[in-house]
Amino acid sequence: MAQNETVKLIGSWSSPYSLRARVALHLKSVKYEYLDEPDVLKEKSELLLKSNPIHKKVPVLLHGDLSICESLNVVQYVDEAWPSVPLILPSDAYDRASARFWAQYIDDKCFAAVDAVVGAKDDEGKMAAAGKLMECLAILEETFQKSSKGLGFFGGETIGYLDIACSALLGPISVIEAFSGVKFLRQETTPGLIQWAERFRAHEAVKPYMPTVEEVVAFAKQKFNVQ
Amino acid sequence: MNQEEQVKLMGLWGSPFSKRVEMALKLKGIPYEYIEEDVYGNKSPMLLKYNPVHKKVPVLIHNGRSIAESLVIVEYIEDTWKTSHTILPQDPYERAMARFWAKYVDDKVMLAVKKACWGPESEREKEVKEAYECLKCLEKVLGDKLFFGGETIGFVDIAADFIGYWLGIFQEASGVTIMTAEEFPKLQRWSEDFVGNDFIKEVLPPKEKLVAVLKAMFGSVTSN
Repeated sequence: MAQNETVKLIGSWSSPYSLRARVALHLKSVKYEYLDEPDVLKEKSELLLKSNPIHKKVPVLLHGDLSICESLNVVQYVDEAWPSVPLILPSDAYDRASARFWAQYIDDKCFAAVDAVVGAKDDEGKMAAAGKLMECLAILEETFQKSSKGLGFFGGETIGYLDIACSALLGPISVIEAFSGVKFLRQETTPGLIQWAERFRAHEAVKPYMPTVEEVVAFAKQKFNVQ
Repeated sequence: MNQEEQVKLMGLWGSPFSKRVEMALKLKGIPYEYIEEDVYGNKSPMLLKYNPVHKKVPVLIHNGRSIAESLVIVEYIEDTWKTSHTILPQDPYERAMARFWAKYVDDKVMLAVKKACWGPESEREKEVKEAYECLKCLEKVLGDKLFFGGETIGFVDIAADFIGYWLGIFQEASGVTIMTAEEFPKLQRWSEDFVGNDFIKEVLPPKEKLVAVLKAMFGSVTSN
């Protein structure tokens, strides 16, 4: 597929997974048309259903006639289809495997922990779920310290695959913190991640379109009918 | 080869996840030392050291460093050893499709089959239908290709090793039928070619032993 074929991204403003795809495209300076699905859980466009018939989810990258689904898949595809710098996946095979391992950890374990907090029915359930999420974030903090080697991002000097993967947690965690009054990202336990989050949000390839904490919380309040 | 460069694999004899890695190593002709882990009994200090996050197998150790999660390991093997057998295609779109379908097998198919075979009786019909639909999807994706990877065994074939070999055994052990040759002629033909491959058959666990262990672990759900 030639690089100059039309690129479109079907995403959703509030979707943390869509965010991943956008960051990848912006890092590579790929020109694309963004097609927003405003309320993707309730209403899906014809184009989305046609382009992702299996999962019917965002993001979907349309490159010419091709469609690529699943956010981390989209990120890897963007890295490989536009192989110019900056590289998103590390160049070393072991570092690549490590980035993939931790991205999977985020998707499998961290999001499960987030969902458990949101879905907890009683106080006991909430405490247990919160404990699990704290554990996950402590592990991610350790990973950040090792992976960044004193530099600003999981990827080192620049945003890489694991930064993009982890960024999807920021919106959901902000919402949980606002609704529960409990801080999950804390100076005492996750100092690296707190600074990383600020740096990430401020990055020129992210800032123009990543929803702010206030915007995400306001959206969630409206959606769940909470004051 | 010095000690550091030597490849070690910590695995479990009956696990399709563990076998994925062995298949990739065999296909690429990479020698390795195999270490059986008593994952359900006593996890060794070595496992806890090399996979502290999940404490599971498979774990590959190479150059003194460990990699966990079977499909992550398979990609690592592909990236590290450039041999004549390639597991992933070169084209970015083909690679994206391979990763998509491998994940589909992991996330949808394996879970659906497990629930269908050994989930609660009340859910059985629903779960069997779900597993059947997932497999129909794969039947379509395979089409008339020899393997999911085309002419040779590739990433999706390795990811789908469970369907090629374990599914039939699950069906026998549980008494639940999801995939038949009549309903799934392409997957049936593929599974025969897959398990018939010299490199693949070398690593497959013995069927009778697996059936016995599965029956003991989960019990047979229908009388046969």
